[in-house]
Amino acid sequence: MKKFILFLTFLVLVLVPVTNVIAAVGEKGVIELDFWSWRTEDIKAYQKFISEFNKEYPNIHINFTAYRNTEYNTILATALQGGMGPDIIQLRAYGGMEPLANAGFLLPLDDKIPELENFPEYVLEGATSRRDGKIYGVPFAVQHVLVLYNKRLFNELHLETPKTWEEFLNTAEKIKNAGYIPFANGTKDAWTLETLFGGVAPTFYGGDEFYEAVVSGEKTFESEEMKRALEKILELRPYLPRNYTGVGYTDMQIMFAQEMAVMWVAGSYEIGTIKQMNPAVEIGAFIVPGETEDTPAYSSIYVDGSYGINADCKYIEEATKFIRFTASQKFGQMFTDELAQISAVPGVEPTDKALREVVNVANPTPFMMLTAFRYGEPSGSTLLQNELQALMAGTQNIETTLRKIQQGIATWYEPFKK
Amino acid sequence: MKKWIQKHPYLFFLLPGVILYGLFMIYPLVSALGYSFFSWDGFIRKEFIGFENFRKVLREYPYKEKFWKALGHNAKFFLTTFILQTTIGLYIAIQLNKEKPVMEFFQAVYFLTYTLSMVVVGFLWLLLLNPNWGAVSQFLSLIGLEKWVAPWLGQESTALNTIILINFWRWFGYPVLVFKAGLQSIPQELNEAAIVDGANKWHLFRYITLPLLKPTIIMVTILTFIWDFNAFELVFVMQGSSGNPHYSTDLLATFFYRTAFGDPTTGAAGGNIGVASAIAVVMLIIIGFASYFGIRIMQKSEIEY
Repeated sequence: MKKFILFLTFLVLVLVPVTNVIAAVGEKGVIELDFWSWRTEDIKAYQKFISEFNKEYPNIHINFTAYRNTEYNTILATALQGGMGPDIIQLRAYGGMEPLANAGFLLPLDDKIPELENFPEYVLEGATSRRDGKIYGVPFAVQHVLVLYNKRLFNELHLETPKTWEEFLNTAEKIKNAGYIPFANGTKDAWTLETLFGGVAPTFYGGDEFYEAVVSGEKTFESEEMKRALEKILELRPYLPRNYTGVGYTDMQIMFAQEMAVMWVAGSYEIGTIKQMNPAVEIGAFIVPGETEDTPAYSSIYVDGSYGINADCKYIEEATKFIRFTASQKFGQMFTDELAQISAVPGVEPTDKALREVVNVANPTPFMMLTAFRYGEPSGSTLLQNELQALMAGTQNIETTLRKIQQGIATWYEPFKK
Repeated sequence: MKKWIQKHPYLFFLLPGVILYGLFMIYPLVSALGYSFFSWDGFIRKEFIGFENFRKVLREYPYKEKFWKALGHNAKFFLTTFILQTTIGLYIAIQLNKEKPVMEFFQAVYFLTYTLSMVVVGFLWLLLLNPNWGAVSQFLSLIGLEKWVAPWLGQESTALNTIILINFWRWFGYPVLVFKAGLQSIPQELNEAAIVDGANKWHLFRYITLPLLKPTIIMVTILTFIWDFNAFELVFVMQGSSGNPHYSTDLLATFFYRTAFGDPTTGAAGGNIGVASAIAVVMLIIIGFASYFGIRIMQKSEIEY
């Protein structure tokens, strides 16, 4: 009896792995790749992309897993560190991607994806490590930050898109008098203030010129341009929702989607979400106008993230095939059609009306803190978001706000140390 | 060896517990201590740097300011909770201890909130306290107190107090339950004897109930201290990892989380495992010392009937 049990145990121990091997071989060289993302809301769309990819490569199975947006970075970093990371990785952009690249978790793609040559420089920057200058991902979406507005309500209130700052404030005043909320923007969630800044400030600090001056260290955040920009943002306070310091991000989405608010300084990524929440909303876009009609006005732009490959991936050839697919026109078109996002693939035209309007009206300058000042601690974004929150609440003035931002960045940003 | 095992067979029965405890408690603690002595590049451990991470946390911008601020918030969190539970909580426990059938119902009601998950409580109150369409502001408007409606969670002046009260709302059923159990263990004869000697209600409370309840109160206080210095979920769910608005609800645990993993909502900041581990070790030291002295005091005041 004892021997029989031993024999059974032996059978189980030996045969289970053997049958597994047989099963794997039996499927004629099918290769399984894991693909992780933070886009829980896009699972269906990604299944579509993958099945489109499988039409060409039926033997490469891709298991798409989406984690909660707020937990994704932690889960991914922990998994990569433990050698359990996925083969294909959806990567954050700029300073959010760089630590993973510098730690050696990612495969450089420069010579692997010929399609990257067609991507504009400012798009590739979002997937490039500043340390070695190599590209670690194929960017998937770009986002514009500007003013979204409700077209139906604009018609109802006989409003036109404003050409000057004064007209802009007048428009807000009229909306307020008509009983609507002029801007959906609140300040409870600090990160949404960086968006508000990105939509309003570039026109007043003067777009690329000031951006480059600050990046090179020629000018600081305490300069007149920044003061002017923050003064303008403060002028919007009377037109924010009642009790705006308690209005969080979800509230903002609800206010705009339920047509309680008419305008919203927001990112183009909201368009897809708003359409899901209320398909009836007709969304238009404009950029914040300057003092006069002739003052150049700007919106902000940034790359959302990219698709990269794990340096430890066992099937680099197959993973590369998928990544090349994400750099194709076909994928770009599907991406913008399915997700109502602006594809980063050059030459792809958004089919969605609102998105096309965004692309047409935008006069993009880099989204300042995200693109240039997220490479050290405390990051420009952390500082801007939280200090602006205090400024908007009225517990801190412009000088203090800018001094704190400048001092914080100066602790690590070389050009400011001189 | 064999004899030794035969002599101490119970050691085998302790093994599963020790393994689990070691794996999930001792190992992370020791490794965090180890991490705190190294410099880190993202998620890669670099060279040994001694107490440098601790110096950063306690003495250097931008960690120093955040650390002391968060420590202050934790202290306020604990002290407010402590004062509320040993006054209101104790009073309710004494009322519940009167043998009336309705008290059991109230006992269950008070304890009910404690069974809710912290995250559920957070989302619930986030909805209730919404300054534009939350039930609380609706109710205030309905009874003509619209002026009182405020963005409680969005103002630096009220955010932390609101969080503390919400935490108390969920938690206070627990101290009440423990106080009641403590009250029931006080022999009735003592009270009866005192009444014969002419003691009034206040005397009974001051000279019999309170001294005999002291060990229970201290034990609950230690637990409250540990809990409040580790508090995290409520702030994380309601105010985000940076303790919005403007760090006014930042606690040691959110400060630790943010430092370790960066800002996961927007990726606005990267993580620093070394400094974060140092914060965790400092938290452990604070909680460890406080608990140790608390337990010492409790043991001294223990009573045998």
